Amino acid sequence: MNNIVIAILVLGIMGGVFGLILAIASQVFAVKTDPRMEEILGHLAGANCGGCGYAGCADCAAHILAGTAPVNSCAPGGAENAAAIAKIMGVEVQQTEKMVAFVRCNGGTNAVKRFEYKGVHDCVGATKVAAGPLDCTFGCLGFGSCVEACKFDAMHIGPNGVALVNPEKCTDCRACVAACPRHLITPVPYASKVHVACFNKDKGKAAMSVCANSCIACGLCEKNCSFDAIHVIDGVAVIDYAKCKACKICTKVCPRNAIFPIPTPEEKEKFKAAQKAAAEKKAQAAAAAKAAAAPEAPKAE
Amino acid sequence: MSITSLLSISMGAILVNNFIFSQFLGCCPFLGVSKKLDTAVGMGIAVTFVMGLASAVTWIVNQFILVRFDLLYMQTVVFILVIAALVQFIEMFLQKSMPSLYTALGIYLPLITTNCAVLGVALLNIQNNYSFIESVVYGITGGLGFLLAIVLFAAVRERNVFADYPKCFDGFPIALITAGLMALSFMGFSGLSVWG
Repeated sequence: MNNIVIAILVLGIMGGVFGLILAIASQVFAVKTDPRMEEILGHLAGANCGGCGYAGCADCAAHILAGTAPVNSCAPGGAENAAAIAKIMGVEVQQTEKMVAFVRCNGGTNAVKRFEYKGVHDCVGATKVAAGPLDCTFGCLGFGSCVEACKFDAMHIGPNGVALVNPEKCTDCRACVAACPRHLITPVPYASKVHVACFNKDKGKAAMSVCANSCIACGLCEKNCSFDAIHVIDGVAVIDYAKCKACKICTKVCPRNAIFPIPTPEEKEKFKAAQKAAAEKKAQAAAAAKAAAAPEAPKAE
Repeated sequence: MSITSLLSISMGAILVNNFIFSQFLGCCPFLGVSKKLDTAVGMGIAVTFVMGLASAVTWIVNQFILVRFDLLYMQTVVFILVIAALVQFIEMFLQKSMPSLYTALGIYLPLITTNCAVLGVALLNIQNNYSFIESVVYGITGGLGFLLAIVLFAAVRERNVFADYPKCFDGFPIALITAGLMALSFMGFSGLSVWG
């Protein structure tokens, strides 16, 4: 009995003493932290993805608090959280469009393979061996370095061996952009649905021989665009998202199926027929105009 | 107690009776914080620091409280209490007075609170009837043994990424196999006896 009492007393007293010491220590060694820090941290994504360029969410919050990072640094957090952080910091947030990652390649199984790569299952490793297993030195290798990098389960290797982004899950953290050794991944506006899915900067035959879906810089899309929204720049078509109205003419005129969304063969046939009819109509109209103009000509003289 | 006995304790703690590889204490942080070399070094140093301090404090508590009141059967509970309070105190102290060391060790310190290597060193000191100085030396060198083990292991794990092992071993299985093989290799030290 006595033993139990002593044990309880000794342990109780020790616990009390340690508790007291810690309580005093927490007062003596108190470090003043800004209460806004926790609040800001609560509005960050908390994935520690590093997309903001800082070492984790806590570091990002510290930089936002210090004013060295913009309040909308956290792309995965989205516009709502950026607005909340702006409120905490007492500044206005600039409204930014939601962006998602996009892989500029639709090669994969359509691209010509130079050799079968059986090394480390990693894109960086694959590019080290004779500049990669694909003939196309721009295309997606499909070993999934970006899939590894994605912390939001938004990237997967698609059925044709090319990485695909799920725009619903993508948070624009840009971890995949940094992970791709071929720099194929780029942020595009979430609202925009038309994208050039090729990054091959070679022209004509050089681009045509390496992949069935390559942009050969023929310029048909540029000529047919009514809004001046697509241009061949440096050997590859690039869409100006500010001007693009998503009419999808370019996807249909592209002879290489290099622009997403790829039209079905029926759509393409229908478009070709419509284009042909329009051309015929134009020719007829021109002929009629010529015929109408011809008799008038002598009168004028 | 002589210099040679201290040396033999040190060699024993670092190589022969390595906390990880032959006593299998502290395996949780060993597996958890060994994915990168630099975090492994941070964890190893933090463990060394806490093990050294915990050895000293628990020895004093044991000698002057538990032995006096004949409460040796309470060792485990009391040592957990002491170590937890000590780690908390150190964390607060470092945050105030040495912010740079705090940011270096900061995240690892709370992880060590109930680390079994730290509790193990406290209990082993008593079991082996070590004196105060022997206890402290055993604690620090045991921590150094942990540091050695976790740094070697992290280096192997970093290279494991490029190894061509079957997919089903991805992640923890290959880490456990690696740890097992390293423990086997540390068995080679078991015949080693330093200065008697």
